[in-house]
Amino acid sequence: MNPDKREPVIELRNVWVNYDDQPALEDIHLTVYQSDFIGLIGPNGGGKTTLLKSIIGLIKPERGKIRVMGKSVDAGRCHIGYVPQTVVFDHRFPIRVWEVVQMGLLGCRKPLQPISKADRETIHVALEQVEMDGLANRAIGDLSVGQRQRVYIARALAVSPQILLLDEPTASVDPQVAGSIYELLRRLNNTVTIVMVSHDMNAVSSYVKSIGCINRRLHYHGDKEVTEDMLTAIYECPVDLIAHGLPHRVLSPHNQERRAHD
Amino acid sequence: MIEALQYGFMRNAVAAGVLVSIACGIIGTFVVINRIVFLSGGIAHAAYGGIGLGYLLGINPVIGAVVFSVISALGMGLVHRRTRERSDTIIGVMWAVGMALGILLLDFSPGYKADLMSYLFGSILAVPTSDLALMLILNIIIIILVIAFYKELQAISFDETFAFVVNVPVDRLYLMLVGLVALTVVMTMRIVGLIMVIALLTIPPAIAGLFVKDMKRIMALSTGLSIAFTFIGLMLSYALNLTSGATIILIAGGGYLLGFGLKRMIGFKPDKQHPEGIKPQQ
Repeated sequence: MNPDKREPVIELRNVWVNYDDQPALEDIHLTVYQSDFIGLIGPNGGGKTTLLKSIIGLIKPERGKIRVMGKSVDAGRCHIGYVPQTVVFDHRFPIRVWEVVQMGLLGCRKPLQPISKADRETIHVALEQVEMDGLANRAIGDLSVGQRQRVYIARALAVSPQILLLDEPTASVDPQVAGSIYELLRRLNNTVTIVMVSHDMNAVSSYVKSIGCINRRLHYHGDKEVTEDMLTAIYECPVDLIAHGLPHRVLSPHNQERRAHD
Repeated sequence: MIEALQYGFMRNAVAAGVLVSIACGIIGTFVVINRIVFLSGGIAHAAYGGIGLGYLLGINPVIGAVVFSVISALGMGLVHRRTRERSDTIIGVMWAVGMALGILLLDFSPGYKADLMSYLFGSILAVPTSDLALMLILNIIIIILVIAFYKELQAISFDETFAFVVNVPVDRLYLMLVGLVALTVVMTMRIVGLIMVIALLTIPPAIAGLFVKDMKRIMALSTGLSIAFTFIGLMLSYALNLTSGATIILIAGGGYLLGFGLKRMIGFKPDKQHPEGIKPQQ
């Protein structure tokens, strides 16, 4: 697939983000095209989450421009389904699973609009997609961590998004559940563009279409190979890469890779 | 004890108890799940500034309290939203300053302030019919706004980050919520006094939350509990000639203990076996 023929859905130009005067992201340039499935890897504190939060406006960059679906972040994020890494809440919080998913429908519409029959169907379909429709009436605090993660994905799907942003969607679930979440994402990717932050290299390499590395600076070439300059730039990345022995080759043999880049 | 109801002031007291319980059941649920108990305590005490203002200007102190507590609630709400850390310190300061202001304004007000204690400790037996009308209006405002924004209020209470990301006006809704807390506080002040308002606001939803996990059911159950507590407290205080506000609060506190005991005894997990969230036997 030639990226040039597809629509850009997210564009970051020269984006800098500081945390208390400490640079968290430096000079980020990124263009996400329609139907991309990008996995972002990088060391802890390298700015993976910060990048996602900047795209949805939870963090305002110091400098630079971010456009979503060709619009400003505030308007464009109506097309984004966001799955945060964790949702901190009181486990006795009185909210049912379907009410959590309903949150995806609340914004980006006229205020005071009641939930319509079509909206209820959207909630139902979103829950079906993550195989959680049987537990729609449960209180969210009664679910397991993995089940809850699926509910948050359903909530993002209820937005009817063009883009899904996921922050470590499998960080706290067992491998089997993680596998089913990745399978789900692969299916969803037929219609939705996905950007996912993860430190799960195995998963990233076998499910995503392209990989980027972040360690304050972003190294992304729109393909699935982790190139040598990424490794050099992001010291922590290769440790993970080499240690686990990947089912799909991410690293090209050294000399070949050189030639490709010369 | 029932023959007490033949007195007009007793009927007013019961009616006030019911009206206040509705507001407390609904808004108290939001206070508990949002963990803004301290902020609500601050609003209640700062309302005393409004009482003082009312006396000074020669208007109904309740009106003064409504205006003053709504303004201080919005101030505390903004502090809570905008300050990243230690907002509780600032709220604590506003709590005390509001109260101190009330005391000084009362010093400046001429005349004998007979019913001052009733605002501090409540006087359910002295609620005039005009106050009942005011309570009814405040209740209607609260009910209409909560019905209109129920989904949004639940959403910002559960996960405000996500609500923000889908462009729900989190800040405005939050300020509306603390404004409603202020209205509820002023109503409840009539019954148990501003010092004990926080108990009637939090105890019923806290008990309900032990047994039910659906927000609407918590609201309904806490309204029912609150009506029961105020009615029992009222009757007891009448029969035994005790201070009504304190009796109501002690009944509510006893109810809380009983709720804990009951929950431990039956080892009940809310709604676990009941997908529809069926309420257990009380």
